[in-house]
Amino acid sequence: MSILVVADHDNAELKPATLVVVAAAQAIGGDIDVLVAGEGCGGVADAASKVAGVSKVLCADNAAYGHQLAENVAALVAELGANYSHILTAHTTVGKNFLPRVAALLDVAQISDIQGVESADTFKRPIYAGNAIATVKSSDAIKVISVRGTAFDGVAAEGGSASVEAVDSVHDAGVSSFVGEEIAKSERPELTAASVIISGGRGMGSGENFALLDGIADKLGAAIGASRAAVDAGFVPNDMQVGQTGKIVAPELYIAVGISGAIQHLAGMKDSKVIVAINKDEDAPIFQVADYGLVADLFKALPELEAAL
Amino acid sequence: MKVLVPVKRVVDYNVKIRVKPDNSGVDLSNVKMSVNPFCEIAIEEAVRLKEAGTATEVVAVTVGSSASQEQLRTCLALGADRAVLIETDADAQPLGIAKALKALQEKEGAELVIFGKQSIDGDNSQTGQMFAALTGMPQGTFASEVKIADGRIDVTREIDGGLQTVSLKLPAVVTTDLRLNEPRYASLPNIMKAKKKPLDVVTPDELGVDLTPSVEVLSVEPPAERQAGIKVESVEELVDKLKNEAKVIS
Repeated sequence: MSILVVADHDNAELKPATLVVVAAAQAIGGDIDVLVAGEGCGGVADAASKVAGVSKVLCADNAAYGHQLAENVAALVAELGANYSHILTAHTTVGKNFLPRVAALLDVAQISDIQGVESADTFKRPIYAGNAIATVKSSDAIKVISVRGTAFDGVAAEGGSASVEAVDSVHDAGVSSFVGEEIAKSERPELTAASVIISGGRGMGSGENFALLDGIADKLGAAIGASRAAVDAGFVPNDMQVGQTGKIVAPELYIAVGISGAIQHLAGMKDSKVIVAINKDEDAPIFQVADYGLVADLFKALPELEAAL
Repeated sequence: MKVLVPVKRVVDYNVKIRVKPDNSGVDLSNVKMSVNPFCEIAIEEAVRLKEAGTATEVVAVTVGSSASQEQLRTCLALGADRAVLIETDADAQPLGIAKALKALQEKEGAELVIFGKQSIDGDNSQTGQMFAALTGMPQGTFASEVKIADGRIDVTREIDGGLQTVSLKLPAVVTTDLRLNEPRYASLPNIMKAKKKPLDVVTPDELGVDLTPSVEVLSVEPPAERQAGIKVESVEELVDKLKNEAKVIS
């Protein structure tokens, strides 16, 4: 078996999600090649070559791939991937965008968001927002798979010594172009990579009140998240959302503040190692999954917590 | 400009689903079914484009059993002009659905196809992208804003860490994210009117597509239950537990 892992990166940095995908590839077994498609992405290819367990890195460095436009990247991955038994990438917004196109171009199914490998053709994946886990078996010649970022322990970023091979193939469909990007700048860790997360819900009352979480996040080195209710209420932007339709996280410590615990939110954080809930409603469903629950007014509890840390 | 909106009948998002005792799937008997919430956003966007004079016709389509007519009627009540049911009792999967929709698109010739970004049952997030690949269309997935002008559509996309805008040549595919719009409720007069709007039924055979899936579901199980922990009395006790019992902060 041979596995092609498509790297998640921003032309400057190899994203940690890729290390998780390589771990999933190891669980399947076989030679693992990594494709880095981008523009000016040589540094990323070098980083990928050092990742433990990687046999070969393919580097497709061309303007057509610079912004990960799905039309172009999918055509490249489908061309290169035709020689592999498995094509894997991270279930991030980049992977979710291009990978189904790859599967369609190869006329095979895609298995999305796997969280377990049973064998080379059988996988576990969450359905219904994680309220059920399906074990699925693919009869396709090429298995096209996206991997949940919290499901496997990532392999070591160092220790490998793979060769780097340039790929000349250029696919520019010419039907899409990049216009611009607004990436939220933050000194804090990314939600999906943070070991501590503190999230606010509708109980926060307003966007301004999210500032109450800042001091605690600073002290814990935490990322700040939000429930869908807080996003829908316009308190904070959508990219902070943790839940079925937002980000799936599994940090060491997850602190839910003023979050009732709707199914949709629990689906995004219930794999966290330790869950703390602070809510004034003692019947809130969040307490059914919390390791430590504090029934309290968050406007009193948060300043106290910040002072106690 | 004709807009095609593929939708899906799914368990209503308020329903807490149950896994069948024999682990063969999720129990769908006597459960409220609805239009997938992301598909509702897709319909709303198409109807708004029509109201703005950009779109001329909105066609809702689904691949599913005859029961899916109920969801197509909902789409008609929300403002779609007509509907098409590609009727099958098979458990169609994204690739098969995308192929059936491609066959329909060859007849319809829509310039814009708006999907929901994922259905809340299978959570695959595949069908729109697969359809785009099969038809050679560009795609703007996870859209929070769309602007149409001069034969192109600019789509602002929700990506990890922020927003990205791409410009696509029409015909194109858009998949909706939550913030694209807030769907309206169907009014009673519109629900009545929807009963008279055209709803065509075609079969996959008539479209010449094979919906046989290549992925078999071996079993469906409930997720591991998380045990409720303890209630602490004070912030002080909480910090003490986190430091000394859970050892997750220092």
